[in-house]
Amino acid sequence: MTIDAFETPNLLLALPEIWLLAMACVVLVVDLYSSDRDHGPAFILAQITLLVGIGITMITQWGVDATTFNGSYVADSLAAVLKSAILLLVFLGFAYSRDYMRDRGLLRGEFYMLGLFCVLGMMVTVSAGNLLTLYLGVELMSLCLYALVAFDRDSPTGSEAAMKYFVLGALASGMLLYGMSMLYGVTGTLELSAITQAAAEMDEHRLLFLFGLVFMVVGVAFKFGAVPFHMWVPDVYQGAPTPVTLVIATASKVAAVGLFLRLIGEGLLPLLESWQHMVVILAVLSLILGNTIALVQTNIKRMLAYSTFNHVGFILMGFVAGTPHGFGAATFYAVTYALTVAATFGLIMLLARKGFEADQISDFKGLNERSPLFAFVMLLLMISLTGIPGTVGFYAKWMVLKAVVEAGFVWLAVLAVIGAVVGAFYYLRLVRYCYFDKPEGEGPQPDGSRGFQAVLAVNGLAILWFGIFPGSLVAVCMAAFL
Amino acid sequence: MLESSWPLLSLLIWLPILGGVAVLLLGEQRASQGRMLALVVSGLTFLFSLLLITGFERGTAAMQFVELRPWVEALNVNYHLGVDGISMPLIILTTFSTVLVVIAGWERIAYKPNLYMACFLIMEGIVVGVFSALDVILFYVFWEAVLVPMFLIIGIWGGKERIYATIKFFLYTFVGSVLMLVALVYLQFQAGSFAILDMYGLGLPLATQVWLFIAFLLAFAIKVPMWPVHTWLPDAHVQAPTGGSVILAAIMLKIGGYGFVRFSLPVVPEASLALDWLMITLSLIAVVYIGLVAMMQQDMKKLVAYSSIAHMGFVTLGFFIIFDIVLRTGGSGALLALGGGMVQMISHGFISAAMFLCVGVLYDRMHTRMIRDYGGVGHRMPLFAGFFVLFAMANAGLPGTSGFVGEFMVILAAFQANFWYAFLAGTTLILGAAYSLWMIKRVVYGEVANEKVSALQDIDGREKIVLAALAVAVLWLGIYPAPLIEIMEPSLQQLLDNVIDHGIG
Repeated sequence: MTIDAFETPNLLLALPEIWLLAMACVVLVVDLYSSDRDHGPAFILAQITLLVGIGITMITQWGVDATTFNGSYVADSLAAVLKSAILLLVFLGFAYSRDYMRDRGLLRGEFYMLGLFCVLGMMVTVSAGNLLTLYLGVELMSLCLYALVAFDRDSPTGSEAAMKYFVLGALASGMLLYGMSMLYGVTGTLELSAITQAAAEMDEHRLLFLFGLVFMVVGVAFKFGAVPFHMWVPDVYQGAPTPVTLVIATASKVAAVGLFLRLIGEGLLPLLESWQHMVVILAVLSLILGNTIALVQTNIKRMLAYSTFNHVGFILMGFVAGTPHGFGAATFYAVTYALTVAATFGLIMLLARKGFEADQISDFKGLNERSPLFAFVMLLLMISLTGIPGTVGFYAKWMVLKAVVEAGFVWLAVLAVIGAVVGAFYYLRLVRYCYFDKPEGEGPQPDGSRGFQAVLAVNGLAILWFGIFPGSLVAVCMAAFL
Repeated sequence: MLESSWPLLSLLIWLPILGGVAVLLLGEQRASQGRMLALVVSGLTFLFSLLLITGFERGTAAMQFVELRPWVEALNVNYHLGVDGISMPLIILTTFSTVLVVIAGWERIAYKPNLYMACFLIMEGIVVGVFSALDVILFYVFWEAVLVPMFLIIGIWGGKERIYATIKFFLYTFVGSVLMLVALVYLQFQAGSFAILDMYGLGLPLATQVWLFIAFLLAFAIKVPMWPVHTWLPDAHVQAPTGGSVILAAIMLKIGGYGFVRFSLPVVPEASLALDWLMITLSLIAVVYIGLVAMMQQDMKKLVAYSSIAHMGFVTLGFFIIFDIVLRTGGSGALLALGGGMVQMISHGFISAAMFLCVGVLYDRMHTRMIRDYGGVGHRMPLFAGFFVLFAMANAGLPGTSGFVGEFMVILAAFQANFWYAFLAGTTLILGAAYSLWMIKRVVYGEVANEKVSALQDIDGREKIVLAALAVAVLWLGIYPAPLIEIMEPSLQQLLDNVIDHGIG
């Protein structure tokens, strides 16, 4: 292998990451010297960082198709879409977290710093053009998440969840790395574009190639939380502080889409026939198991954890198609699902008070009596997760179904819609408690700062807005692949 | 296609939806303003919908008042609306029924009245959307969105078992429609377009058509509902508030019937031909067996609910005997059968709405729906008794009422298909009379049964307006149905030609 001549990397292309890295350090320093007990300056700086980050990302990367750092960093529309989504989701997570963390004495500057580094990891992942960059991003993201899950040091469930997450996560990273090493062994390069080319041409080392592929699929499936690599999900969702659960359930799913697409979806597209079947199996298991177990949950965070599998199944179905439409559908699904779930966790945090988590489904009884606005938001979120038209969740499901039907997997589409019906049962149960039951005692009390309530209301109503005018968002997600 | 100069259909969809949102935003403290606003919005919508009749071009089967705008451009989905002779009368039925429901719920609803009104207005807009959508995705969006307001209406204002009933209703109908979604996605893939009219006459292989037919059948049969997937209906009807029952019976069931003529027959004609025996059997079971079930009901609302199923059996019977008629006689009777089914849909919309409203009037006063708690109501409520008897007669298919026209057309056509079809369908005239009139005998006539009945007040002005409007509609359609048939005929003729060309070949 020859060493390419050193070229000056085009730093401008990687500006979003550079901005985030710089600002994460600034947040850390500012917080050290700030005397505000609520860590207000760190919070505001972090939020500004994220919002400006979206702007920078769209300006520098949307519509571009370029690589820098010798091909190890890719700037293209896909990266722009996924990064903007990640930044926005973490913005929402931070916005919803203030009251919750303050009530529990968890409001510390490191929360924002770790969150920002986690975002940096996700961004590096989705922009990876090289196996090493990819792994670097994944590990940066994961390490921050392990720490965030254990953020409430004194909570036994939190520590247990973090330990479980860490051990299993390390195992998965190992799998991923092992798979990558085989690819490197076969092709002699770390460049994803070179590997793609090699995959298309290679015949004699096919078996080794596939061997590596299997390990990588396992690693990625773990990050997704796809069945049967899902054991960590319910415990982590339940044990982690709710804002951290939000980040894991939303931003990290979007990052996982990026991981899959860069490494397998686009990277190993020539091997579509080989990985298609593996992904079909993952999708089918996720669809069936998630729904079945979610039916009997009484803790809303666990219910959302199990129902995640159902949605992961849908995202994987989009990958199964292996077409630009399928990838676009999967991206759209992940982004809109993440927006919906972010608002759901936001609502849980809105109703949570000191010493009360609002994480039992029955805690939502009579929400419509107390706050018609947030009951309506809950209704929108649940029917969006069910996939009823009028909300954005429908288009996500429909686009995925369209992609798989066109790829010839009609049976998979039928299975998925039956799964959606089962899902309707447990999502409607929440609507039922919000609307049909009378509050017990003082009932659910939405209390939170005005800013929190406003952001949450906008987030919830966006589900309706995109449900009626989905055109622009669909166009953005599709444009990333066409 | 006839373009419209201004977006009348969009107005009919979005005026009630936005009006509903406005009612909601008034807040629950301002109930009387909310009611007024709801009445104004539904009244305006009804008046605007009359423009559909006056502006409708007779004698053509083409889509009218067409609106076509890109909606999701990246995927070629269009905001494509239009009506023909089949869908236009159903839209009028929708706007008409909603006005009545708003008036009927005037002061009866104490708990969150504005939310109640808003749900009905939003539902009105959505249902008009179902009947006017010409793009499959748009159709599906409206089709499914209907469930949400209905889910809330039954669940919030329903009776004791409302939660069970509403979840059963939702899941039942949801199961049916998701498979239709897969079918629609598949059809779009085959047709290369989302326009419903592009899906006609694709000439798919029979095996594929049968699968598609089954997917459609599940969706539409559950909505109609046909035996044996009707079990959600009695529960939903009994638990729903009066307004909810009216909309369910008058409009929601029609969506299923509309689906058969808009999708099943023209999109998969060969499969419709191959499986028409199944449809006819299920329809006849609905007519005869459900008629018998209705007779045994102790609960008035349940009785009316079962009679709805039996009457909707005529609709599906009319739609699916056309193949036998064409194969046996080559003919003209097929149009009669289709027309009979359509007239029956409209007529049933009026009659069932009226029956549920009558039961509602009694329930509001007595808080019981059991037939045994009544007796001699006619002595205390003579005016009401008059209306109730009239509607029961119409329900039994008495000539001169709208109930007679549709059923008679279908029975007449059925003779051309098979004597036994006609014979079994004809039993409805006996069964319908039996359950309707027996209920009337026990509730309205006889001695005053108890003190509660003797304390009854006759209907007030609000109830008079509602029942009188329905009585006029029932009689007018019964005596002079020609204008309705004239509107529908070209579209039905084209549908028939289409089905015969592609189905029988």
